[in-house]
Amino acid sequence: MIETQDLSKQFHDFLAVDGVDLSVQPGQILALLGQNGAGKTTTVRMLTALLHPSRGWARVAGYDVVKNGHDVRASVGVLTEQHGLYMRMTAVEYLDFFGQVYSLAPAARKARSENLLEYFGLAEAAKRRIGEYSKGMRQKLALARAMIHEPGVLLLDEPTSAMDPESARLVRDEIARLRSSSRTIVICSHNLTEVEALADKIAIIYRGRILVQGTLDELKRSVLGAPEYEIRFAEAWNAGGLELPKGVEKLAETPTSLKGPGGGAAGVESADSQTAVGRSRHGVSGGGSHARAGVFEGDGGNKRTRVCSINYDP
Amino acid sequence: MFNKLRPVMLVARRELRDQFRDWRVLMPMVILTLSFPFLMNEFAKQAVDFLNQFDANLILDRLVPFSIMIIGFFPITVSLVVALESFVGEKERGTIEPLLSAPFDDWQLYFGKLLVGVATPLIASYLSIGLYLILIAQQGLNFPPPAVMLQLFLLTTAHAVLMVSAAIVISVQSTSVKAANLLASFIVIPVAILMQGEAVMLFWGNEQVLWLAVTGVLIIALLLIRVGIAHFQREYLLGREIDTLNFRWMLKTFWLNFIGGARSVRDWYGRVLGASLRRIAPAMLFMLLIAGVSLWMSYSWVKDNVADAISHASAEDRAKLEENLGELPDLSSLRGHLNPSFLFLNNTRAVAFIFVAGMFSFSVLGILIYMINIALIGGLYAVFELLGVQSLPLVFLAGVAPHGVFEIPALMIGSAVVLYIGAAIVTPQTGKSMGEVILELMADWAKIFVGLVVPLLAVAALIEAYVTPGILLSVMGS
Repeated sequence: MIETQDLSKQFHDFLAVDGVDLSVQPGQILALLGQNGAGKTTTVRMLTALLHPSRGWARVAGYDVVKNGHDVRASVGVLTEQHGLYMRMTAVEYLDFFGQVYSLAPAARKARSENLLEYFGLAEAAKRRIGEYSKGMRQKLALARAMIHEPGVLLLDEPTSAMDPESARLVRDEIARLRSSSRTIVICSHNLTEVEALADKIAIIYRGRILVQGTLDELKRSVLGAPEYEIRFAEAWNAGGLELPKGVEKLAETPTSLKGPGGGAAGVESADSQTAVGRSRHGVSGGGSHARAGVFEGDGGNKRTRVCSINYDP
Repeated sequence: MFNKLRPVMLVARRELRDQFRDWRVLMPMVILTLSFPFLMNEFAKQAVDFLNQFDANLILDRLVPFSIMIIGFFPITVSLVVALESFVGEKERGTIEPLLSAPFDDWQLYFGKLLVGVATPLIASYLSIGLYLILIAQQGLNFPPPAVMLQLFLLTTAHAVLMVSAAIVISVQSTSVKAANLLASFIVIPVAILMQGEAVMLFWGNEQVLWLAVTGVLIIALLLIRVGIAHFQREYLLGREIDTLNFRWMLKTFWLNFIGGARSVRDWYGRVLGASLRRIAPAMLFMLLIAGVSLWMSYSWVKDNVADAISHASAEDRAKLEENLGELPDLSSLRGHLNPSFLFLNNTRAVAFIFVAGMFSFSVLGILIYMINIALIGGLYAVFELLGVQSLPLVFLAGVAPHGVFEIPALMIGSAVVLYIGAAIVTPQTGKSMGEVILELMADWAKIFVGLVVPLLAVAALIEAYVTPGILLSVMGS
């Protein structure tokens, strides 16, 4: 578990992190989003007890980062911004070294190393010098290092950068597996698709301050306002025959479409998104008194389709 | 204890493995270790042939220890490279962050790296010395006495520790190998000068002085290790402090510490300067103690040695001494001729010099200068006593006390702050960079110097110029 309050870091005149409040529970993934220099790495370094906060406090895995730095570091697995690999070592030696760093027994070190190397597809290259590895292989090895001691908390800076799609999928699967085994995970990323796929919570950091945080839906609502729906009909329609679901209001209409704000729309929340995708662009499908219509949620160009039941009788 | 040392050994072992895979470290070490004994042996042979022509056996006796010292030194020059690579190299390559994220204490990481920085070059150095000893044994040359051999081994070890610990201090302050290499000249040049001094002592053959040198080098090496531990903090190593000079920040930090948030001069004196003085209070007590020791030592030394020298002097020398004493200026002529600004500047310069010398030697040289200044008083008193000056305590009191009441405390306070600075530099300061610590300490010194020492010295100079001569003359006249 990670908890911070008013966490701040000042370097001379520069306030790198300013009053960050976070709470990440076991089994949750928090994505820290922000441009370069926003304060993500400094925040992670404070959570790893590498930097002392100038103000505020942070507790990681139940330990205070200032008072119990040693315990914090023992409980955390970190994937750093730079891979930080020793180029003259082999992958086996490297993982064995970090296994010893985290006081793993020799048998456990061997088993964990083999499993991780196998999982990340590095088993064949395990006895080659790391200097000979490709960028993606190095990234995977660095990730294996962060997981070698099966930490309760994982702090991952750009976990899938430089990876091919298959490797990235493997890493995402592993992160998802770790979440299901009640690990607390923080990911720093620029990759929005990855964040959407993995994160339970998202915090957007800008110039050291958390601008906004919450679930993806909460963020969308707080940043973009209530979702807006657009129903397109295949042909001219009769407004008089349309019964909108509860909460979906009409805002504007054209002969072939209908727009409206959907804030708190009960009908939308219970919608069947699986069936919506294929039908959305075709407008009303089927017929009769209870037709299904594609409902578009506008979110700044990244349109997502949901469906709600409407009663339409032309 | 073993558990505490386990991380140290783990870090050292990994570094060692890395070193033995790096030909840039290995090759110079192998070449220096194997080639220099033969080169020095050849040099010694030539020297023996040459010196035998003049029957200069004494120089030959000294040549072997000198050669051992030089042979021992060359492989340890690699230690500098190893240490810089180990610290700032890791920092530059970004490999240090995963290591710093490990559940190790700062000192464990520090000692792991120190150990490997010292151990490999030192082993190479001992091997090289061993090889040379075999070569000189084959030629039938005499080995140096065991005490000298011990000194040479200790000196070699101390040089290695000195260089590595200094390299670590430099590495912690640098963000690139390039910058660290440039700063390393601050290690190489003093060590080269130090070795020249040691070589002179070896040729001079003064074992006692050489022991003092060994002790001095070991003390400085230990102090540097202490500085290294104090400033080897994760915070620094990952900090944003870069190699460029930020004069604006430096001035601002200094000024903020100097002013200390004071709202008026009165507030500054009462609160800010008061706080600085409270911080140096233990150092002031220590200065008082060593003032007493200095006075007693100089008094005793002059009484024992000068009296003895006078009693053993020839009649001619004694006559010359009396003649010189007769030429001393008449004290009454000093009245009105002592220049207060000269006295003030002279004393101010002395206190400033104590600060400068102290800053470059963890306060050791500064304190030595202070001790010499205080010792002069004790020595002078003993000389006057030997010369048989009448009513000496009263005369001395009249000549020293009026301005000494201000001047001696000023000197003592000015030196105490230097001692405080030395102690603070070797003490861990959590959350502060070395630059910040030094600027804060300099601000502390400046506060005390400007706020207290300078006014005291100004008053002392005025009294010494206009009041003391009068009191002294009236006492001597009576």
